[in-house]
Amino acid sequence: MRFTYLFFLLNIFIFFSCKQQKQHLSKISASKIEITDSLEVNAKIDAFIKPYRDHIDKDLDSVLAYAVDTYSKSDGKLNTALGNLMADAIYSEVNPVFNKRTGKNINAVILNHGGIRSIIPKGNVSPRTAFQLMPFENEVVVVGLKGKRIQDIIDYLITQRRAHPIGGLKLTLDKNFNLVNAKINDKNIDPTKTYYFATSDYLYNMGDNMTFFQPNEGFYKLNYKIRNVLIDYFKKVDTINPVADDRFIQLN
Amino acid sequence: MKRRDFIQQASAGTALITMGSMGLQSFGTSPKMSKITVLHTNDVHSHIDAFGPEDGRNANKGGVARRASLIESIRQENPHTLLLDAGDIFQGTPYFNYYGGELEFRLMSKLKYDATTIGNHDFDNGIDGLFTQLPHAKFEFITSNYDFSNTIMDTHTKPYKVFKKGGIKIGVFGLGIELKGLVDPAMYKETKYMDPIEASQEMTRILKNDKACDLIICLSHLGYNYRNNPEKISDLKLAAATKDIDLIIGGHTHTFLPKPTIVKNIEGKKMLVNQVGCYGINLGRIDFYFDNDKNKTANGTSIVV
Repeated sequence: MRFTYLFFLLNIFIFFSCKQQKQHLSKISASKIEITDSLEVNAKIDAFIKPYRDHIDKDLDSVLAYAVDTYSKSDGKLNTALGNLMADAIYSEVNPVFNKRTGKNINAVILNHGGIRSIIPKGNVSPRTAFQLMPFENEVVVVGLKGKRIQDIIDYLITQRRAHPIGGLKLTLDKNFNLVNAKINDKNIDPTKTYYFATSDYLYNMGDNMTFFQPNEGFYKLNYKIRNVLIDYFKKVDTINPVADDRFIQLN
Repeated sequence: MKRRDFIQQASAGTALITMGSMGLQSFGTSPKMSKITVLHTNDVHSHIDAFGPEDGRNANKGGVARRASLIESIRQENPHTLLLDAGDIFQGTPYFNYYGGELEFRLMSKLKYDATTIGNHDFDNGIDGLFTQLPHAKFEFITSNYDFSNTIMDTHTKPYKVFKKGGIKIGVFGLGIELKGLVDPAMYKETKYMDPIEASQEMTRILKNDKACDLIICLSHLGYNYRNNPEKISDLKLAAATKDIDLIIGGHTHTFLPKPTIVKNIEGKKMLVNQVGCYGINLGRIDFYFDNDKNKTANGTSIVV
């Protein structure tokens, strides 16, 4: 018994002795190192990236269309050429997909002004243009809304007084920002009818305070990214020449 | 029985310390002082190339090839270096849209990253999209509060990992942000989010008590601080509510801290919370100096930030 204990103690003894001594944290120092052009480029790493970069550049800079002018989201007050192009591209590219899947048609489109992330500069339009306009991965979704609920959308647009891109919906305001006229597909809005709005998944989830998509009369996810909509649209048209029109205006 | 063993060991240990002072330390092989360098990034968001000269305040900054030379020179200076990332590796440049994160993971492997945690944007191609890229990653994915057991990521992440550098044991665990409301459920599928504080308590217990780590680092994608939502868990809140964490390396909020924040943990001990912005513009560096216990000063640890 005593021997066992001694043996045990001896074991522990040797174990502890040969083990590294417990270390004690004595000092901590910290710094933030900025990655600037004064640092050397690691040639091996850069060579590894190059084929990927070249492939993307080649693809992104392939010419899809030609823009006759420079278009910016700040070109107009309540509707802009650029915003109209985006809303109309969504309608023309997405409606066939939506119709094929559901047998229904999109009646209107609404996006947000803040979601337009760059201009379209005059000259060649490429996939890079679409990446700059829409760097995010947001997708188009379609939401069914009863006519009577569309008042919430109209109220939102009147309150915001911004050129949120719209399509299919036409709003006329008087000089005091009171609604004069609201139409969908050039017809008066039927409060009992279900209208199908295309928008982004971001806005559907109440982004930019667009709280009017829920509850709804149906939600359709199409797995179609807005950026890909734009790329597909640019592929189809030769000339980019959008205009500001009368879809959302204020009378003098 | 277990308790009895412990008492026996404890008394044997006491005997040893007495004998230890009788000149038997010569067994000890550890150097007098060890230095561990922790390098870290967060929210690189597929920024592989440096920003161009026209990119506003980020002009000419960042770039993986430059970060590579910097890391290499630091490793030459101190081989006991750990390189970590706090998530959101994916999404932000066409590299991700074209290659789904392959190049990001391959480059991090070439730079010899040791580990990362998982950010919300790392689910942007779905949990399947993340899984698909795993063969390109030669580093660990550490997450302690995402339960992936009903997903394809099951068994491909670790709740913690102990790294040994220069005789020092460094325990690393990872925390992800709540995905509900932030990421489409179709993307994260049956990933379960668990309470970060509870996860930290369990991890620090394991790393401190069971694994006897000398240093504990938390890789967090919770976000630095939410001033307008003080109830929301953040790195600052986590730091103050836990113990035994020496460093939280944060992400998500793209916070450019000029230097790490010193926070008092629940025991009143000082620890560090750091985050270095985003897009690979900065590399964070923290050096931990270890001394033999016998040289321990009454002042504890001095922090120079």
